[in-house]
Amino acid sequence: MNPFLAIDLPALLIAIAASIACALPGSLLVLRGQALMGDALSHMVLPGIVVAFLATGKISSGPMLLGALAAGLIGAGLIALVRRAAKLEPSAAMGLVFTIMFALGVVLLETEAARKVDLDLNHALYGHLEAALWLEPAIWSDLLTPAIWLTAPRPLLMLVPVALVLGLLLVLTFKELRIASFDPDYATLQGFRPRLIDFALTAATTLAAVAAFEAVGSILVIALLTCPAAVARLCTDRLATHITLSVVFATVIALVGYNSAAALETSGSGTMAAVGGLAVGLAVIVRRLRLHARPPAAGPGTGPDSAVQPLRPGSV
Amino acid sequence: MLDALLLSAGYNAAVAMIGATLLGIAAGPVGVFMLLRRRALLADAASHATLPGVVLAFLASLWLTGEGRSLPILLLGAGGAAALGVLSVQALQAHSRLSNSTSIAVVLSAGFGLGVMGLSYVQTLPIAGQAGLDQFLVGQTAGMRLSDAYLIAGVAGVLVLTVAAFFKELRLISFDPDFAAAAGWPVQRLDLLANGLLLATVVVGLTSVGLILIVAMLIIPAVTARLWTQKLDRMALLAAILGGVSAYTGAAASAAFHHLPTGATIVLAAGVLFALSLPFAPLSRPRRAPQVLEPPA
Repeated sequence: MNPFLAIDLPALLIAIAASIACALPGSLLVLRGQALMGDALSHMVLPGIVVAFLATGKISSGPMLLGALAAGLIGAGLIALVRRAAKLEPSAAMGLVFTIMFALGVVLLETEAARKVDLDLNHALYGHLEAALWLEPAIWSDLLTPAIWLTAPRPLLMLVPVALVLGLLLVLTFKELRIASFDPDYATLQGFRPRLIDFALTAATTLAAVAAFEAVGSILVIALLTCPAAVARLCTDRLATHITLSVVFATVIALVGYNSAAALETSGSGTMAAVGGLAVGLAVIVRRLRLHARPPAAGPGTGPDSAVQPLRPGSV
Repeated sequence: MLDALLLSAGYNAAVAMIGATLLGIAAGPVGVFMLLRRRALLADAASHATLPGVVLAFLASLWLTGEGRSLPILLLGAGGAAALGVLSVQALQAHSRLSNSTSIAVVLSAGFGLGVMGLSYVQTLPIAGQAGLDQFLVGQTAGMRLSDAYLIAGVAGVLVLTVAAFFKELRLISFDPDFAAAAGWPVQRLDLLANGLLLATVVVGLTSVGLILIVAMLIIPAVTARLWTQKLDRMALLAAILGGVSAYTGAAASAAFHHLPTGATIVLAAGVLFALSLPFAPLSRPRRAPQVLEPPA
């Protein structure tokens, strides 16, 4: 047995795939100022996932995706309902709904039936990246046979298709997303339905969050949704570049995070999140230094950062 | 369950329940002011950011005293880290173009990630007692030491008294900080007090509600109270009652069913009170004109 092929490779691939799958919807969430919707969704899927486990009696991808998707959409609907009925600002409505749904998930997890499924609270909170084992490939050249990839660990088999589908959707709807994100009024005039895009983004985020659930749990996934996109947001104003950079940074954060975790012998998912936060901090500092290196445009206190222009359709 | 509700499930459990209830009473009005100042999810970032502080404090107290689980030290570490979390969110917003929402999500997840790294490191140490750190995630009052229960109840009691004593000042800076400043109130120091109360509630709530769900105790009772009244003093009082009742019943449920994390049961109890209020409360009928909180004339 080659220890790298059996232990490190599957975990590394899962880390990268989870990071990319989350960065795709995450890049749009950050751009639209909806990062906290990702926070809410990643908490709200928990009861759906646990109910799927309780119903099937084992950890399996299909029911888990369905349960999480249902929970995510119900939660998003409840947030809208509570906002209207109680006349709340969005963040308070989100905080109210996602904490209640998460609490429900935690209580369901602690029932006797859930204990039999071998799913515990720690797993749900920060995942188990290191649990993935892939014993089939004995030597490197085994990876060249396509059939062996079908024996890859389950999280990978779920993450890769999800990432591909989300990437494809993003490419296919790119023009519509661009208009809807930067000029909602024009988009409505053109007959787009902003509700439909909100709905699609909610579903896409839920899908990414649940696919990454086994690897990183339901809280650290927020780092994967937000950090790569936040770094990209500090680098560019163009939508296509923003999304591409989000995916690139997602890969880098996963690689650096996983290797640091291996070196420090700390939790893989926790280290990836911490590296993501570090990357955002570095990006903020680098951007400040670059802006200060240039002569100020107009007087003190009006640096490009304080007078940043919103993205316009023309600039994209 | 009945035993637990009547506080007869054991002396330690009773003191822990009283502590949780006092925390719920304090969290209600603190949450009302927090909602008024639109800082609901800032508290969420602060509470998740407490985890690395808890772990560092554990290691520090292990090194200093040979015993890691000293609650006062752990809570001090948590408080320091929570303050750092709030400052990080403010710094990200001041020095970059990231939105409020993105800044909160980055600090929340990176802080929690650092904490999880620390937890995984602590678990590799050849010592006993680190298992207790897990309970800060979703709260567990069962099995709490008596001295810890007294500490929690004491601090929560001080919180309740502080909110009551500074009620007028907090109301002033929540509604009209400019007027308050013009009238000669020390607005900056009062703002610090309001943030301090928020952080103190988060930190004290770690043991009973846990850092993941403590924000619910700030939001849910306050929102529920707002469904019933628009008068700030009644709203704060009602939020305190709702917070206390949810914490009391939730902690009793968790004491009766030992394996249930206290934080989850408390939040579910608060959620039930909200769900019951929504269809019946006078201010939640959609036909009425939008309700906007107005400063008292």
